[in-house]
Amino acid sequence: MPYVPHTEEQTRDMLATIGVASIDDLFADIPKHLRPKSFDLPAGLSEMEVLARMERLAAKNRTDLVSFLGAGFYDHHIPAAVDALASRGEFATAYTPYQPEASQGTLQAIFEYQTAMCRLLEMDAANASVYDGGSALFEAMMMGVRATRRTRLVVSQTLSPIYRIMLDSYTSNLNLELVTVPHKNGATDFAGMMDAVDQATAAVVVQNPDFFGNVADYTELFDHARAVKAVGVMAVYPLMQAVLKTPGAMGADIAVAEGQSLGQPLSFGGPYLGIMACTARMVRQMPGRIVGRTVDSQGRTGYVLTLQAREQHIRRQKATSNICSNQALCALRALIHVSLLGPGGLEQTALRCMELAHYAQDRLTAIPGVSRLGDGPFCNEFAVRLPVPAFEVVDRLTERGFVPGFPLGRYYPGLENCLLVACTEKHTREDIGVMAELLGGLLR
Amino acid sequence: MKTLFEQSTPCRRGACAGLTTTRATDFLPAGLVRSGRARLPELGELDVVRHFTRLSRQNFGVDGNFYPLGSCTMKYNPKFMERVAALPGFTRLHPLMAQLRGAGHHTQGALEVMYHMEELLCEITGMAGYTLHPMAGAHGELTGAMIIAAYHKAKGNKKTKVICPDAAHGTNPASAALAGFEVVSIESRDGIVDPEALRAALTDDVAAVMMTCPNTLGLFERNLPQVVEMIHAADALLYYDGANLNAIMGKMRVGDAGFDVVHLNLHKTFGTPHGGGGPGSGPVGVCEKLVPFLPVSRVRKLDDNRFVLDYDHPQSIGYMAPFYGNFGVFLKAYAYILRLGREGLVRASENAVLAANYLRKRLEGVLEIPHNRICMHEFVASAVGEALNGVRALDIAKALLDKGYHAPTIYFPLIVKECLMFEPTETESKDTLDAFVDDLIAIVRQAETDPEAVKAAPVTLPVTRLDETRAAREMVLTDDCDCG
Ligand SMILES: Cc1ncc(COP(=O)(O)O)c(C=O)c1O
Repeated sequence: MPYVPHTEEQTRDMLATIGVASIDDLFADIPKHLRPKSFDLPAGLSEMEVLARMERLAAKNRTDLVSFLGAGFYDHHIPAAVDALASRGEFATAYTPYQPEASQGTLQAIFEYQTAMCRLLEMDAANASVYDGGSALFEAMMMGVRATRRTRLVVSQTLSPIYRIMLDSYTSNLNLELVTVPHKNGATDFAGMMDAVDQATAAVVVQNPDFFGNVADYTELFDHARAVKAVGVMAVYPLMQAVLKTPGAMGADIAVAEGQSLGQPLSFGGPYLGIMACTARMVRQMPGRIVGRTVDSQGRTGYVLTLQAREQHIRRQKATSNICSNQALCALRALIHVSLLGPGGLEQTALRCMELAHYAQDRLTAIPGVSRLGDGPFCNEFAVRLPVPAFEVVDRLTERGFVPGFPLGRYYPGLENCLLVACTEKHTREDIGVMAELLGGLLR
Repeated sequence: MKTLFEQSTPCRRGACAGLTTTRATDFLPAGLVRSGRARLPELGELDVVRHFTRLSRQNFGVDGNFYPLGSCTMKYNPKFMERVAALPGFTRLHPLMAQLRGAGHHTQGALEVMYHMEELLCEITGMAGYTLHPMAGAHGELTGAMIIAAYHKAKGNKKTKVICPDAAHGTNPASAALAGFEVVSIESRDGIVDPEALRAALTDDVAAVMMTCPNTLGLFERNLPQVVEMIHAADALLYYDGANLNAIMGKMRVGDAGFDVVHLNLHKTFGTPHGGGGPGSGPVGVCEKLVPFLPVSRVRKLDDNRFVLDYDHPQSIGYMAPFYGNFGVFLKAYAYILRLGREGLVRASENAVLAANYLRKRLEGVLEIPHNRICMHEFVASAVGEALNGVRALDIAKALLDKGYHAPTIYFPLIVKECLMFEPTETESKDTLDAFVDDLIAIVRQAETDPEAVKAAPVTLPVTRLDETRAAREMVLTDDCDCG
């Protein structure tokens, strides 16, 4: 039997020690009428058979395409050393570091991750991660609700629609009011946001770059939020933070991010990484694990889980959150990733993505009938308006080996003709050129 | 050990340099550009490899150490699962590919995995439908509690409370609260739910009762049939915390037993590694009447055997995850289930229970065992008694670290004094268990003769006991700042 090591004789010995005649006797507490009505599962397979089957399934997914899909989730190169280091059994097969003396590796790594995220985002404190960018946003909003004892939450419609649906779902039982300020031609409506944030507002939530790829400065909005004692939350694209003005510099109280772009494969939606960082003032509102530096009984530096009085195992229903297991190994991957690239490598990568995206914009908008949606500055992603429905274009080009982008109509009624196009350092100018030519040919 | 930041040398060129000669201001107005580079480590690749290799050596993990951490099911994580999850046909798949043509035309392999995984979990637990979206156990609890809220709302019920036994894991009450419920705690009797205490708490406004079975003491809830009947008679739903499913696969199906909602911890029962605190996966299963409330998307199989993502469920609680959950995690669990099959899963539970009882029996007379009867996959001991000379559960835990074992879970559940909760799992050999018992006996003997030595443990690890009070007071949470 795979992974159960006892010989028959050992099993007999163990039963004898326990003082029962058979394994069945160990289950005597389960009443007969509760025994399974069925347990109709396939027979076990060998390792080789399982692998062959999984390879067949993997082959049924189209990963052979040149894809310009992004929308918050990007195909960046991951150095081989990330996989090699993060897959070490000492990291991968450990539990949450409840015994700090036997977990200094995990704990120091989390401490370094917290430091790296704070420096990248220019915030004071970070937690050890939450599940993903969307749950990080929810937790950030709840921090705002607790800190202000208010119930009104203002979000821009340029925040990822995927996250807005998550926020809607998560808040459905909590007597909170979620106000969405509509986008203006694919960009944040600043005047609308300023008007919506008032004395009753717990938190205001924006995303930079926004879902359409636009980059903006939210300093004024956060100043206004501070003036009315609301909490400012900004969701960012962590790789682009290598070049973009930071949430800290803009005066955000809380910065959150989907950390996928730092060393996590796309992997069909997860596991990803919810990054959360905040100002010193907000630390005690933060959910999740937090590692702090301390000393041992001999005065040596060491690391422990700290501020645990916020957490479910102590505070139960009054905890800041229900989170227990988070995405620790993904946080470790992010840390290794940024360490390998260094500040220069991150910046170069971000710039290369931007360079290619601007080339793509030039090529696409040169096609008759294709224009940019909006005109704001952008990084590696932008939206274009096509003369025909974007879904059709995507289908047709996919047949030719290219996914030219994501059709915005999926989440924004009225933008059915719009396509969201993302570039990463893995693309080449040739990829972009061929895609543009195919698109031009199609629209001709 | 020096931190990465302390090892950094300014201006060292990291990987990826030379990709472009552009500057941010070529694309963006200067006001949108960050001032100064992020102060991230500047190291060569070998420096990074060495740093993390050294860090890893300061960790215990299942691969290197017996890890009987109760409630966490630290079984061996088979290596082939890593290879499965690393197949490029999965890792390179963008989640939005399934939102393009035909809601999944380009991702048939991934959708088939999800569809079949849900079917397997339904069969293992006797539930009618599953969602794979929750990303950990607690996230599954929240999902389940939200489904419960949506169900009662749809029925027009005014139900505001959720009951949790005092032995429940902290996430249970925390999750119920996050779904908008008021939490009522009830006291256990003889280590299990007390039907009288439950009856007293089971008022009309109770939406659900959250149970763990076997419970966190490792005991089967012997009054289960009576408890189920009471709860359903009160028009409340019964929630199953599946953290302890490793005890009962093929022995009882929670759906058959009358549970309405269940979450599983794939990172416990189904062998996916815990990663030092995640990522996990916490699928939620429901009975027939709750299926309409499951999160979207759901995977549907068409008559021509193709799979599609289906969002058309008006009563759904919505999105719990941005996409389809921690795909890379449940992919491993799926491979694990295929590998073990029917027999293997039953054997896993049988041997998990065998190992726990063997360990329990061998520790009789060594430590106090408060509910000393046949247990399921884990049991609790209590570090009390004159003979221990004031040596506490914490001290025993630390002394075990010195012997190369991870400690059992300590001080949980909260209802047992000086609690030590042992969960050996089915993958540990008898030799390992015997050696562990010998070492534990030695520690207890040492407590009798030289308690101070036990209280000083650990002494063989990179650090001795750490000052947690100071950590909380000084709040040094990054290499830069002291937030206090
Ligand atoms: C009984 C029980 N319930 C729930 C949980 C929470 O699971 P997770 O850490 O995956 O969120 C745990 C984890 O330790 C547990 O032991």
